Amino acid sequence: MKKIEMEVLSNKQIALDTYEMTLKNKYVCEEAKPGQFLHISIPNFTLRRPISIASVDQANEHVTIIYKIFGTGTDALTTIKVGTMLDVIGPNGSSYPVDHEVKEALLVGGGVGVPPLYFQAKALHERGVKVHAILGYQTAEAVFYEEKFKEVAHTYIVTNDGTKGHQGLVTDLIPEVESFDAYYSCGPLPMLKAVKNALSGHEGYLSFEERMGCGVGTCFACVIPMKNEKKYGKICQDGPVFRAKEVIL
Amino acid sequence: MIDLSVQLPGLQLKNPIMPASGCFGFGREYAQFYDLSKLGAVMMKAATGEQRYGNPTPRVAETSSGMLNAIGLQNPGVDKIIEEEIPFLAQYDTEIIANVAGSTVEEYVEVTRKISAAQDVKAIELNISCPNVKEGGIQFGTDPQMAKEMTEAVKAVSQVPVYVKLSPNVTNIVDMAKAIEAGGADGLTMINTLTGMQIHLPSRRPLIANKTGGLSGPAIKPVAIRMIYEVSQAVNIPIIGMGGIETAEDVIEYLLAGASAVAVGTANFQNPFVCPEIIEALPATLEKYGYQSIQEVVGGAHPNE
Repeated sequence: MKKIEMEVLSNKQIALDTYEMTLKNKYVCEEAKPGQFLHISIPNFTLRRPISIASVDQANEHVTIIYKIFGTGTDALTTIKVGTMLDVIGPNGSSYPVDHEVKEALLVGGGVGVPPLYFQAKALHERGVKVHAILGYQTAEAVFYEEKFKEVAHTYIVTNDGTKGHQGLVTDLIPEVESFDAYYSCGPLPMLKAVKNALSGHEGYLSFEERMGCGVGTCFACVIPMKNEKKYGKICQDGPVFRAKEVIL
Repeated sequence: MIDLSVQLPGLQLKNPIMPASGCFGFGREYAQFYDLSKLGAVMMKAATGEQRYGNPTPRVAETSSGMLNAIGLQNPGVDKIIEEEIPFLAQYDTEIIANVAGSTVEEYVEVTRKISAAQDVKAIELNISCPNVKEGGIQFGTDPQMAKEMTEAVKAVSQVPVYVKLSPNVTNIVDMAKAIEAGGADGLTMINTLTGMQIHLPSRRPLIANKTGGLSGPAIKPVAIRMIYEVSQAVNIPIIGMGGIETAEDVIEYLLAGASAVAVGTANFQNPFVCPEIIEALPATLEKYGYQSIQEVVGGAHPNE
């Protein structure tokens, strides 16, 4: 984790309220692991915004992030022009394990929880792991990265309104995946709770989103209750990825 | 050669810049970015008698030129802080100021008794102004008589000088400051955050789970400057000023208002290097405005000075 400048190479809309930004930086490319995030300074805003890394292209030193417009900060991020040098702290936080003994993996993502799972899907696929991905979105217009996922994973699309793929919730499709050794999930808290309940007994990792202050572990804004001695974890520093068994939801 | 040093009760500061309590943890994270020995002092995160978990999340929100927070004094408890955190900070050549909080006078006294006896703690910052806890905290910091009695009780057991942190959420800040001075305080730190609220339009509810939070950042700087200007002319104890400081110019403004040193809070979150960057910029900025030392700036904005 360092404070660095990253050049904006592209910043374009890829789905409903959803943008993909590509940034150039050698250090982040070399250090970033799936699940980690960048803490991005947006001009004229007090707090940085944490955005997870969607993929890394080591050869070209490109880092891709995907973000959704949630408020004025992310809205302002959409206006950042190509060539801008963004002030970034990163890569921050914990990552999904990729080197443990897994032959078949299940990824479950919802909305802007999908991007870090793409990074993980690619990493697992490169290691020869068979990957299943269940990706949930609000509606067809909000779907992104379907084709990219299909290159590295057996992919299921779910929309809340049924305008694309299965209508309902990501947990509806979990029974469709016959076997897997571990699961990895990221998305809104209600989804993570449902996924954890549906997959209790399986080894799994959850990645959390939360409003952050410092993003590096000093301010205690983004804590989550845990079954450890200190009874909590900091999402920005100990997380955002936690073993499902260790967090209390 | 510009002299940045400042001598205050219990504190030999090599420069007047320190991170504010609650914005720097116990220093471990920012030590990854720079050498903490560059700092004049470090104000540690609040210590309470026992471990505290704090408030539900969300605990922070962006506001115009600032932020709201309602952390709720989460900390590992005074014993763990003495065992694990102070030895870490003591590795650095900087002064350690311990922030003390609690729910009752007895808790404040007990925490002060323990932490003021810890090696390397040079001063206590008495936190009677946290707006984010249900019991204690601000209730002691908004009533002059209670604040005076708390100061007396803590002073009676403290082995180091006591600086009392003032709340801006009062009708008359000067009355508070005078009562605390009469209670025997060695100094004041001001200001803590202003109580505020933000409502989230989509959910039609307060964004912060605690509903209210403490407003900090550049938005509150004029409030702090005004209060320090008034208080510093009414008391004879030194003030460490805080509230929205981001630049060396801001520091000089605080000194002119009457602060003897300053703390940097919210700006650390935006720029982890803000404290060393201000320290580096300070000599040239002082020179630009015709000063050779920190001391000659203090109170420079007061009438007839």
